[in-house]
Amino acid sequence: MEKKRQWLILAMLGILCIVVPPFMGTYAVHVLILVMMWITMALGWDILGGKTGQISFGHAIFFGLGAYGGGLLFLHWNITPWWGMAAGPVLAIIVGIPIGLVCFRLRGPYFALAMLALNEIIAIVFTNLDTLTNGATGIDCARTWGAEKLPYYYIALVIAAFAIFVTYRIQNSKYGYYFVSIREDQDAAEALGIPTTRYKIYAMIPSAGITGLAGALYMNYISSIYPETVFALEAISIFMILAVLIGGAGSLWGPVLGGAIFAGLDEILRATIGPISFLVFAVIAVLIIMFMPDGIIGSWPKVRAYLRRRKLTTGSEG
Amino acid sequence: MAYLDINGVVRKFGGLTAVNGITLAIEKGAIFGLIGPNGSGKTTLFNCINNYYPPHSGDIVFKGKSLKGISSHEICKLGIGRTFQIVKPLRRMTVLDNVMSGAFLRKNSLNEARDKALESLDFCELTHRKDMLAKDLPIADKKRMEISRSLATEPELLLLDETAAGLNPREIDGAMKLIRKIQDTGITCLVVEHVMKFVMGISDRIMCINFGREIAKGKPEEIANHPEVIKAYLGEEYAKGQ
Amino acid sequence: MALFGQTFITGVLMGGIYAIIAIGMTLVMGVMKIINLAHGALMMVGMYICLVLFEHAGLHPYVALIPTMIALFIIGYLLQKYSIGRVSGVETIIPESQVLLTLALGLAITEVIRVIFTSNYQIIHPALTGEYWHLAGMTIEIPYLIGFVIATIFVALLHFFLARTDLGQSVIATSQDKDAAVYMGINAERITNFTFGLGTALAAAGGVILMPLFYLYPHVWHPYLMKAFVITILGGMGSTVGALSGGLILGLAESFGSTYWGPQWGEVIGFIIFLLILLFLPGGLKRIIGR
Ligand SMILES: Nc1ncnc2c1ncn2[C@@H]1O[C@H](COP(=O)(O)OP(=O)(O)OP(=O)(O)O)[C@@H](O)[C@H]1O
Ligand SMILES: [Mg+2]
Repeated sequence: MEKKRQWLILAMLGILCIVVPPFMGTYAVHVLILVMMWITMALGWDILGGKTGQISFGHAIFFGLGAYGGGLLFLHWNITPWWGMAAGPVLAIIVGIPIGLVCFRLRGPYFALAMLALNEIIAIVFTNLDTLTNGATGIDCARTWGAEKLPYYYIALVIAAFAIFVTYRIQNSKYGYYFVSIREDQDAAEALGIPTTRYKIYAMIPSAGITGLAGALYMNYISSIYPETVFALEAISIFMILAVLIGGAGSLWGPVLGGAIFAGLDEILRATIGPISFLVFAVIAVLIIMFMPDGIIGSWPKVRAYLRRRKLTTGSEG
Repeated sequence: MAYLDINGVVRKFGGLTAVNGITLAIEKGAIFGLIGPNGSGKTTLFNCINNYYPPHSGDIVFKGKSLKGISSHEICKLGIGRTFQIVKPLRRMTVLDNVMSGAFLRKNSLNEARDKALESLDFCELTHRKDMLAKDLPIADKKRMEISRSLATEPELLLLDETAAGLNPREIDGAMKLIRKIQDTGITCLVVEHVMKFVMGISDRIMCINFGREIAKGKPEEIANHPEVIKAYLGEEYAKGQ
Repeated sequence: MALFGQTFITGVLMGGIYAIIAIGMTLVMGVMKIINLAHGALMMVGMYICLVLFEHAGLHPYVALIPTMIALFIIGYLLQKYSIGRVSGVETIIPESQVLLTLALGLAITEVIRVIFTSNYQIIHPALTGEYWHLAGMTIEIPYLIGFVIATIFVALLHFFLARTDLGQSVIATSQDKDAAVYMGINAERITNFTFGLGTALAAAGGVILMPLFYLYPHVWHPYLMKAFVITILGGMGSTVGALSGGLILGLAESFGSTYWGPQWGEVIGFIIFLLILLFLPGGLKRIIGR
């Protein structure tokens, strides 16, 4: 019964996502595209960070490579960047696997730091290898649909749905169980016969791939990329973590909610309070980490219990 | 050749030799007890068997196959399961999910793993706890869950590290029953234990070690009256007895 | 030869300044066992305080150093006590929630500064700015030299403080084994707060030293935070000697990298050292020098 209702809500949400946007303004559709992109990124990060417990401070590496996958094809061979939708994630995965092989030997904060350093290294390399990447000038390509937003929106929607699907499948398989076991206790996982290093790599692959896919979408939608924007430590790597954190790590709907709220709030705050929007944002992040460290989804049972108790006490008074 | 053969295993931590040339052989289907005062090297020996701390010398042979250089998870796959002295529950997973994580070693689909896990939980009389988060379990059930989780990997040899520590007398009786039941299914057990009543009650043979060396080996009643064992345990046991 | 000498001296002087920033971080990491991503932002706050003291009270940065450090000590202490410390020990799905909190705090602090001072570049010209010493074909910028001397003095003072005073010994005990320290009657919480304040004050000192040398803007701290990590990992968490040697090594590596390989690659060298140390010498130089 419960399950049926959930599916119903889901189906309705899906239909809304498909039917409503054509009737919305350009700006609103733009925001929705970003929302879908951030949902994808948050889900990508969460496979490695939230489920497997390997906190990456450098996922912009995969976002950037995803963007550059198509960008480089276009730059060197004039191939349409839509091929980047395949090339980007593949490039991200190809780079992600050796990174994992090397860095998964490190535990906890050391892994986080290593990813942070790699993020910086790759950003600097892409800025300075002029002949290969066109350096800081970045890559510009023509937009397939000009100023038209709707086609991009539907592509973004499909990508986000794909990310949700992949996450759902992972969660309901051996992989999901093994990933979470590794997060909860690596030694116990080994003792249960789980090859922890190999499974961290298995988590890295979809994580890098999905993040790369979001990067490829960005490349096609924004149509110009620079190393400093797609490999941005703060605006990509860190914000991905914050987005997941807001929604709740380690679940399916946590990152979805987090990505949506993050991208939506970011735009709304910027439109309404302009210059101090980012300050408000950072303060919200501080408060969430201090008081709801498991995010909205993760802390929901606690919040609900609290509200119930409130209701009960007020009820008995009245 | 015995089922599990431990041959002159040595393991050092810096200047300290935690296990210093232990040799022992365990027959299939037996319950073998390993006792010794605190810090005598029992847990370290376990960690050597599943290669969490590779031995510095000596050899461990399981079913005729040397375990040298085989990683912990592969050893589990070979059929050696273990529990931890300091329990390691997968804290934010439910009890069922914990056990399923073990079951996936030999089952690939979700449904098979769930069935296997439920079976194992039933065997350990933990079914009523299956939807609780592991971190919320009382200690006795955490230990049971570890056993259940380990059994779900279908081990042939089970290493149990201080299953009775921290349990009350009734829970200890329950744990003894459970271990006998495990033995009845044909699983060999190596049991580390401080609680004498427990280890004397279930073991077929016992070895007592101190400072990483064997000081006595034999049937429970022989060990109980062995002068070296009494000497090693005297202070502690007397204190406990009073 | 002059080029080599110049490169060497630039590296050493810069390395000393890096060291004082990194020592603050290594102290905090040693005691709290977390990475403090707010360290850089707090350093930057110190720089803005120094800016205000210079512009409105006419204090030369080298004089403003002390009040700035005191202010940042208090800010750091309060932040740790009322924010970061509260999250300690809370069980969360993402294990690094304290680290993420320092990160968010760093972003928030940067934004506060940006709202107050805008993101415009600011530069001050106190006495001694842009003065040089010429020595055997090499030029040494005086503020670099003074900065290096100040940094070295602070490192020495800190070393003395940790080795010789009761409070310092409590800090060391807490960083080596918190539980044992608690058993010995140390108030670990207060020591942690104190250490955070001290680390922040040292970062502020590093920032103030940089004032006569570089532009100031809210995001100025990014590269310095990175360098502080590199040095902390290179030197080993909680090790003052390690941080000093790590600072010098990084300063030299960057200086030689920029001179002989190209300025854009100077920073990459630091990160490569960082990765190599993480992978092949976990524990850092502390493991070799033993303190
Ligand atoms: N990882 C380690 N590093 C350093 N020393 C260790 C390590 N593990 C164990 N030791 C030391 O090895 C010795 C044996 O420890 P072990 O845990 O095997 O004892 P034990 O017999 O299991 O004791 P207990 O009955 O208290 O569980 C002890 O002196 C212990 O301090
Ligand atoms: Mg033990």
